[in-house]
Amino acid sequence: MNEFYQHLINGLVLGSIYALIALGYTMVYGIMQLINFAHGEVTMMGAMICLTVLNAMLGSSGMPHYLILLLGMGTAVIFCMALGFTIERVAYRPLRNAPRLAPLITAIGMSIVLQNIAMLMWGKRPLNFPDIIPIARFEILGAHITNVQIVIIVSAVVLMLGLWLLINRTRLGRAMRATSQSPALASLMGINPNTIISVTFMIGGGLAAVAGVMVNAYYGPAHYTMGFMLGLKAFTAAVLGGIGNVAGAMFGGILLGLIESLGAGYIHKLTFGFMGSDYQDVFAFMVLILILVFRPSGLFGERVGDRA
Amino acid sequence: MNINKLRLVRPIAIFALFSLVFFTGCTKQPADDGVIRIGSVAPLTGSQSHYGKDNDNGARLAIEELNAKGVTIGGKPVKFELVSEDDQADPKTATIVAQKLVDKQVKGVIGHLNSGTTIPASKIYYDAGIVQISPSATAIAYTKQGFKSAFRVMTNDSQQGRVLGEFAVKKLGAKSVAIIDDRTAYGQGIADEVEKAVVASGGAVVSRQYTTDSSSDFTAILTSIKSTSPDVVFYGGMDPQGAPLVKQMRNLGLAATYLGGDGLNTLDYLRLAGKDGEGTVASMPGLPIDQMPGGKNFQEKFNARYGPIQVYAPYAYDAVMVMVDAMMRANSADPAMYLPEVAKTQYQGVTGNIAFDEKGDVKAAAITLYQAKGDKWEVLEVINE
Repeated sequence: MNEFYQHLINGLVLGSIYALIALGYTMVYGIMQLINFAHGEVTMMGAMICLTVLNAMLGSSGMPHYLILLLGMGTAVIFCMALGFTIERVAYRPLRNAPRLAPLITAIGMSIVLQNIAMLMWGKRPLNFPDIIPIARFEILGAHITNVQIVIIVSAVVLMLGLWLLINRTRLGRAMRATSQSPALASLMGINPNTIISVTFMIGGGLAAVAGVMVNAYYGPAHYTMGFMLGLKAFTAAVLGGIGNVAGAMFGGILLGLIESLGAGYIHKLTFGFMGSDYQDVFAFMVLILILVFRPSGLFGERVGDRA
Repeated sequence: MNINKLRLVRPIAIFALFSLVFFTGCTKQPADDGVIRIGSVAPLTGSQSHYGKDNDNGARLAIEELNAKGVTIGGKPVKFELVSEDDQADPKTATIVAQKLVDKQVKGVIGHLNSGTTIPASKIYYDAGIVQISPSATAIAYTKQGFKSAFRVMTNDSQQGRVLGEFAVKKLGAKSVAIIDDRTAYGQGIADEVEKAVVASGGAVVSRQYTTDSSSDFTAILTSIKSTSPDVVFYGGMDPQGAPLVKQMRNLGLAATYLGGDGLNTLDYLRLAGKDGEGTVASMPGLPIDQMPGGKNFQEKFNARYGPIQVYAPYAYDAVMVMVDAMMRANSADPAMYLPEVAKTQYQGVTGNIAFDEKGDVKAAAITLYQAKGDKWEVLEVINE
């Protein structure tokens, strides 16, 4: 039973990270019906920027570590918000009225460009998250959890709650919802859809930066290709929850994390040794295929196919 | 006017170039001029060029010494010449340069450096009947192909895996071992051998898990492993996964000793694993240089001529010596004549005593086990098979 709890915790941590990235996909899709394939690379950039700031500050300043961490995280978030804004400005806005395939292709192009920039700037070797947080380990019900994991789960929940409040309880959120329903009509009501789209990209970029730092802090080295797989998984999570639906992305992310962890943990027993844990990544994509075949609108999706 | 001139110049230039290549090609047919050409292949450009240059220099040092000493084969004094080629650590390029060496009628080849390039090239040398001695390819598959022309002077992954498995049970006292590999040819190969050796030495493999060489989340497999509470966790793979794996292992409260092959025995591993990497045990084929029989002497000669040794230079040096030794015993530099003598080699080299088994693997297999202490790997134990 201890093993089961441990798998649950692992899945929750992984799922929280997926959910944060999935939000970026789903918000952009909700408003523009565009899959921003460069989003995984924004996550990677977030990890890289934070790492660079941490390494620079650790050497030179005598600031307390948690302040340095906050500063690194803050820089990464601001940078990725700017990056999200720039990506939209450069790669998507000029194609606002182009056929739907065109922005999809620039998205892939953007992703390749960002990967190569990261490779040039930070090199091909994996980079470590500096030893800045003293790791404390706790035991709950026989399962181990570290302070880093707790921080990941708590901050993911806080960020998601904040986002939910922003979308449902503020003027900006109302404008976002209106734009997602109909940009043309929203603009008749005095909302500038371009501003809303930019804001959406910035929020998505900020969340992705946080997720990137979490991946680097908990799972290990940052690398210029790390965004690709993360992006695909998070995209799967978004589709699982119903792409375009914010609550769906949160739920889909957590669910995908749990499916992966429990799946990789138990597949060996379930298939009587026929399949091994190297099929961990396969689960995510099996889920993607099953959802697309049987429920293309996702678990929470209420949006019908004519817009997608 | 100028244009007309150019029009004339270009075909003439091209013709001249072609005829140059053609005629030099003709005259360069190696005649029996008392010069024996030996090929040396390694990546001389690209990210592994520092290893490649090292191998090439090791072979060159041997050739220079032989020429200075003067060698007589079949009653005639001969000179050796090293023909260096660059395979860029790329399997496709490896086959191209292998064919080039065959066309140049080299009498033998020292190389290649990587397993991935050595294996495809070995087919070409075998078809041409040329003796190949690799100084550093360790994949089991290389000598498993049944090519009589293929030898190596370095311990293979199977021997390494066996030593690691036995070490885990006998020296670390492990009763239960969990094994993870990354499903690559190297990782899977070495992990399978470790598994066999653990079982053969009386230990139990309590969990066998897999990941990929691009994964970053190992918590699921580690949780499964933890439920079997092993004494030792072995990982067959490279450092980009091996290092985060040990971190996640410690975070899950799994205190087992962490064991790895030469894929983890890198400075990058120490950098990436940090504190959690402390105490990791990883193997490396061969002896540490200061424990090689001729290590000290070789190191001095090499340092004076080329600077510091990377890793495999002594093996390349020995490979040349073994090849020439066989030629002298056969009284011929014809590969068909001296090939049987290579198989019968008994040579006391810099790296140790070299003799081959029926597959072409080196018999006396030395493996060194290192332990991570701070920012370096310290020799833990040398195991001679």
